Amino acid sequence: MAYDVNGAIIEHDEEGYITTLSEWSTELADIIAVSESIEMGEEHWAVVNFLREYYEEYQIAPAVRVLIKAIKKSMGPDVGNNKYMYELFPYGPAKQACKIAGLPKPTGCV
Amino acid sequence: MSETVKKFLYVNRKAPYGTIYAQESLEVVLIGAAFDQDVSMAFLDDGVFQLTKGQDTKDAGLKNFSPTFRALGDYEVTKLYVEQESLDERGLTLDDLQDIQYEDEDDDYAEKSSIIVVSRSGMADVMADQDVVLSF
Amino acid sequence: MATLHTVNKSPFQNQTLLSCLQHTKSGDAVLMFEDGVYGAASGNALSDAVAGFDAGVKLYVLGSDLAARGIDAGKLADSITAIDYGGFVDLVASHDRTQNWL
Repeated sequence: MAYDVNGAIIEHDEEGYITTLSEWSTELADIIAVSESIEMGEEHWAVVNFLREYYEEYQIAPAVRVLIKAIKKSMGPDVGNNKYMYELFPYGPAKQACKIAGLPKPTGCV
Repeated sequence: MSETVKKFLYVNRKAPYGTIYAQESLEVVLIGAAFDQDVSMAFLDDGVFQLTKGQDTKDAGLKNFSPTFRALGDYEVTKLYVEQESLDERGLTLDDLQDIQYEDEDDDYAEKSSIIVVSRSGMADVMADQDVVLSF
Repeated sequence: MATLHTVNKSPFQNQTLLSCLQHTKSGDAVLMFEDGVYGAASGNALSDAVAGFDAGVKLYVLGSDLAARGIDAGKLADSITAIDYGGFVDLVASHDRTQNWL
């Protein structure tokens, strides 16, 4: 199973998470987003970039409640609330945004 | 949560990379944090090696999970008990450990240290004060 | 509020039994089983430290694991009590928590 980024083959697992984190690119993010039926806007990117920074700093993808709390702190309550985050990523902000961000499935998600 | 909050202590007595115990413990703590219990961690014997700063696993081909301890505050795990005698025996001081902090929501988000150094008998008191003790 | 501590590794392999003993409180019990039973044997370098450990802590050893290793339960120090699996269950039930020392 793999994504095709302009001819480059990027392997992913059965749920669509890429297997080699260093193979991520913004082009790949757009392709994963399409397969998740998400049209990437400014807020989507803000969340994805936030997740990548969180992973860089702590070496984990945060659980959804931790993500929303942290987004609220850094981007304000208009973005950092359950309702809005689920509007951005209807199948779960942590799961879907992590997939697009090229990170492993969040710790604590089943 | 209508259920009673119980006190859970995760006991860490193994060095970080020689066995999988340390990494598994941290993962279980992060997952278990979703259940709104009163969670704390204990580091004694070789477990104190888990918290040292400057770990670099690149050339060893291992995942460096030591930065993840600094995320525990986000998961509301804010009590990391470290045994003084275990540090002393290994030639370590508090300065050799990572700075692990949490933001106290009840105190205007002031940053406070999560590390609580206790003596061996103090550690025995911590253990005796728990509802559930899980060892790794 | 007493704790049952269990140890299943030989004290000649690692420091776990000694660390366990140092973290007990008066009223606690320590059960040695599997390779932990070597800590209950008499006449070795650690016998005095284990059998002589007196801090209001009761010492138990699982008899079937002693027998499997050819250690005579009749030659244990007076401070150590051999029990069977039923006794193990009773110990778990009669303490507030169990702490397994890995």
